[in-house]
Amino acid sequence: MAKLAFQTLDDHSTPFWALIAFHVALVAAGLGAALYMEENGHIVTGMNNQVVWGLPHVFAVFLIVAASGALNVASVSSVFNRLAYKPYARLSGLLAIALLIGGLAVLVLDLGRPDRLLVAMTTYNFKSIFAWNIYLYSGFVVIVAAYLFSMMDRQAAKSAAFGKAMGWLAFGWRLALTTGTGSIFGFLIAREAYDAAILAPLFIAASFLYGLAFTVLVLLTMSRETRDELMPEEMLGKFRGLLAIFALAVLYFTAVQHVTKLYSAAHQGVELFLLRDGGVFPLVFWLGQIGIGTVLPLALLAFAPRGTKGRLAIELASALFLIGGLAQLYVIIIGGQAFPLALFPGMEVSSPALDGEVGRYVPALPELLLGASGVSMAMLIVALALRLMPFLPKAPAGEVSANAATAQGLGASDPMPSGRTL
Amino acid sequence: MIRARAMAVALLVSLIGAGSAIAGDGSGAGRTPRPNPPKAQGEACVRDTDVMRRNHMTLLMHQRDDTVHRGVRTKNPGTKDLSLSGCIGCHAAPGADGRPVSYADPGHFCRACHSYAAVSIDCFECHASRPAPAKTASGSDGTMPDLARDMAKDLSAYLDQGRDQTREDGR
Amino acid sequence: MSDARDSRSDLAADRRALLRGAGGLLAVLLAPGVTLYALGGTEAAARAPGEAVSPKVRWGLLIDVNACPAECDACVAACRTENGWADTGHSATDPHWIRKVSVRDPASGAAREVPVMCQHCASAPCVDVCPTGASFRRADGIVLVDRHICIGCRYCIMACPYKARTLVHEPVHDQTADAPRGKGTVEGCTLCAPRIDAGRLPACVEACAAKGAAMLFGDLNDPNSAIAKAVAARAPARIRADLRLDPGVGYRGL
Repeated sequence: MAKLAFQTLDDHSTPFWALIAFHVALVAAGLGAALYMEENGHIVTGMNNQVVWGLPHVFAVFLIVAASGALNVASVSSVFNRLAYKPYARLSGLLAIALLIGGLAVLVLDLGRPDRLLVAMTTYNFKSIFAWNIYLYSGFVVIVAAYLFSMMDRQAAKSAAFGKAMGWLAFGWRLALTTGTGSIFGFLIAREAYDAAILAPLFIAASFLYGLAFTVLVLLTMSRETRDELMPEEMLGKFRGLLAIFALAVLYFTAVQHVTKLYSAAHQGVELFLLRDGGVFPLVFWLGQIGIGTVLPLALLAFAPRGTKGRLAIELASALFLIGGLAQLYVIIIGGQAFPLALFPGMEVSSPALDGEVGRYVPALPELLLGASGVSMAMLIVALALRLMPFLPKAPAGEVSANAATAQGLGASDPMPSGRTL
Repeated sequence: MIRARAMAVALLVSLIGAGSAIAGDGSGAGRTPRPNPPKAQGEACVRDTDVMRRNHMTLLMHQRDDTVHRGVRTKNPGTKDLSLSGCIGCHAAPGADGRPVSYADPGHFCRACHSYAAVSIDCFECHASRPAPAKTASGSDGTMPDLARDMAKDLSAYLDQGRDQTREDGR
Repeated sequence: MSDARDSRSDLAADRRALLRGAGGLLAVLLAPGVTLYALGGTEAAARAPGEAVSPKVRWGLLIDVNACPAECDACVAACRTENGWADTGHSATDPHWIRKVSVRDPASGAAREVPVMCQHCASAPCVDVCPTGASFRRADGIVLVDRHICIGCRYCIMACPYKARTLVHEPVHDQTADAPRGKGTVEGCTLCAPRIDAGRLPACVEACAAKGAAMLFGDLNDPNSAIAKAVAARAPARIRADLRLDPGVGYRGL
């Protein structure tokens, strides 16, 4: 087995600097938006007393779910002993931490009283899944950092047992975290779209998909940047297969969720609202989640050319999966709130507090800026870390040349041409 | 070596000297005037002044939990000894228009010291920083519902009106 | 003739004196905060000063929807005055500690108005989900928001099936002394806890007593209270009884 080598990102091309500048600008805009929301109150957003969680929460939950899924590549390499994934384990851990921090930042800045963060971190009601999540999220950062340490520190990396233990701990913790995030909605009895145990496994399946999509996008972008083939053909094939399986898993859980609810007369109202009559929500569901977010990228994966030529298709498919993820969370979070609460089931109601009416929600610019800045924050953390420490894999000399030879159309008959190091 | 140390000491001394010169000598000649909170209206506070100066925040933090979670609002019924609105009532300082000033005004009792000490407080995000304007003439003494008293008053006025009318036309 | 008139005016004067006396007696009976509907209740027995609330008491409401006229808004107006919230014209973000919901049965066309406020559930979902414990149930059954530790996450608003809680969307000024409220925290009906602690009635119940006496307030745990007797005589309906939250607010005529 060739020794694993890693590299830092030393040189930055002009397009990369432009990307960094874009992310910096977006983070600044997001922070400004958060300050604006805090000064003036939530009246400046599109949120109201019916739809209390808006676009920032969609982005935050998306990033947190993606974070737990991004750890999968590392888990697969240590917990499930798939050594082919080992070169990507460090980047996987880094991405997990970065995405989680981005998501948490958005969540905290959207609070009505973000100045009370210290209260949130010291006063707990342990019957609340939210309180458990605070521990799960912060613990995740610490555990993954320790996991990275076990991989990257020369002394620690010598102990296979330590690495294995950290891998198992991180994997278990990540499952608990995603279950906790799904249970935020699954535990709610009040809203008809929620109150379902399937939301936890649905979120786990979604985390696999979003996490891997983020990982693939970052790896392929970094491949361009380092001009290195960070993902050889074999890995591309594996990731392509995994993306397809995870997307089908999400589709399966989504189908079970909706079909089960449609079956019960009590829930038909909310399901028809989300799937047919609710205006923007069926549009976002069918066009956004199913069409653009599942069917189109699956087709791309299925019909893309094999080998490294299919790289662009896989990149595009990953981006589309992520858009589909945002759409899915929009329907779940916003659609679930927009449907009116049924205080008097079967009756027609009206009141000055808009009982019986579908919640109107139009996202305001500060919300969009805050939510998007979470993604930028995560990407900036990744960019900084890649420069400072060796997270990116570097294929050993022989293998790189072999892949370069294959790409040039030469056969594998000469596996060790010159041993030139790149 | 010794010259370096002596120079360092001299620099430190001059910095301290300059600092205290800038801060003022306590007579209000510096940039930030010393706090001069307005005199309160009541006879005495719930604790002595020096106790309050050091510990009012601890008293407030403890009492608020007692009040909100355990429902303890007063030790002497009829007074507001355990309520923040009681503090606000006594420590209200009138402004130019005669009405007590709110926390936005630098002349507010709490503002005087908190601005000087640069300690921001968020009490007045939720609590009124000045007493509400007096209620209507009927007022409320807390033992009889306003509505019932008003009802009785209306009834009484109606009956009096009837008596006056009788005298006028003799019926 | 003048004799008859004198005697008649004397009689009239006596009648008026009697009425005035009766009115005075009535006013005395109406104090301290005891309504006709609740004569014999125990809410006048306030706690000793400095004594904490106890679970021996459970405050509750009983609302007779049949006695609640459609055009009457007394409870809402009284709550607004007492607690300092108002409509700003934006229904979506305005507070609604109490509101009247117009309910119409599409099958029969029967319509009625139901005053809905926080139901002060014994198993309140808002209390379960609050991450800091700001949403809590006081020992005597009142569900409150401790706005000192509320971080404004709005999870309790997601969790409440009764739409009882709202977020304060704008900065607030000149709050009433008994109802501090501020931007970024969540609020809802407090059952006028400061008034109850002083031995009075909630503002909505008082206002309703003057208009139509559709609301009854009292200690559900005291078998001698009017509300406990009413509940024991005939079990009231609860909104969303299927959720089994054991609300402290019961309704007649739902």
